[in-house]
Amino acid sequence: MSAPASDPRFESARRRFLQGAAALAAVTLAPGVTLLAPRAAGAAASDKVRWAMLIDTTKCDAGCDHCVTACRDENGWTGHDRARTDPHWIRKVDLRDRATGATHSLPVMCQHCETPPCVDVCPTGASFKRADGIVLVDKHICIGCRYCMMACPYKARSFVHEDVTGQKPHAPRGKGTVESCTFCVHRVDAGQQPACVVACAEKAGQGAMVFGDLNDPNSEIAKAAGRHVTNRIRADLGLNQGVLYHGL
Amino acid sequence: MTQARNLGALLLALCALMVAAAVTLPAAADGRVPLPHPAKAYAGQQCVEPVDVMRRFHMQYLMHQRDDTVHGGIRGTKYSLKGCVECHAVASPGVADGKVRTLQPFCKECHSYAAVTIDCFGCHTGAAK
Repeated sequence: MSAPASDPRFESARRRFLQGAAALAAVTLAPGVTLLAPRAAGAAASDKVRWAMLIDTTKCDAGCDHCVTACRDENGWTGHDRARTDPHWIRKVDLRDRATGATHSLPVMCQHCETPPCVDVCPTGASFKRADGIVLVDKHICIGCRYCMMACPYKARSFVHEDVTGQKPHAPRGKGTVESCTFCVHRVDAGQQPACVVACAEKAGQGAMVFGDLNDPNSEIAKAAGRHVTNRIRADLGLNQGVLYHGL
Repeated sequence: MTQARNLGALLLALCALMVAAAVTLPAAADGRVPLPHPAKAYAGQQCVEPVDVMRRFHMQYLMHQRDDTVHGGIRGTKYSLKGCVECHAVASPGVADGKVRTLQPFCKECHSYAAVTIDCFGCHTGAAK
């Protein structure tokens, strides 16, 4: 977990920034919360864009779970107080170095891999990666086999075991299908930041999460990634995830 | 082969006509299954296509749109389940004591008559905002 990211596009983005990037195009609303450009009606997701998130774990408090609560409220996933089977789109993980006693806390969700193992194993094509790098489940064709859950190295996906009522209009979810973090795809398509990022900046007051287009050298995330050394969880797997961590 | 296809097309057209007639004609009082009477749109506006076209092809529009949106990320197009909900969700005594407008009673009218089972609402909410 110590090797810095070595994605060539990522490196070139950093280089372009260092050579003197153009003016900031995004509108800053709060620390870490910028408005993204909404896609026009009828336009498809573009492969020129790579949505990604950078999480500064040095700013992430162990006791804080505003990102988890915000995700649950936004996407309407609720459990039945059964920890083993309840859905978890995002969870807080606390780490402790046994030798030194140093602790670490970070949110873990779908890492939106560039080469997602969940997509490789899906027998129906329900698990797929959108052109802009967001990994999703098409629940219309998911048969609930859960191979993707086994293939995911990050335990990011969960299975809906029971009938669901009261879903959000933008986040359909139902029994017998697998689900995971969608990077709040409905918000991103409308030019908004994911719910967890907004909550981290506004409710937690931390701004530990930055979301944006990693391919755009002027985006806040590309700049932040140029400032800090970032890691991906289990970078040795070579999955080139869309979720980057700083301070891990 | 061509004859068979022509016959098929004719039968399909006849079926479509019969379904259209069945939906528009009043219920026959001869002990048969009552004919469906889907409620008027809540918004009282013209649908995205003429009524007869919607009756015949709404499932294809929705199927096409769902793939475009989920896989392609295409939003804000003419056809959408959310659009159906906005106009056609109705309050029904059977759903939440009539306090919530939902799409299910509207869909059920014809689907129960034609013995069609849909599972849209296993995942999607049919409730209007």
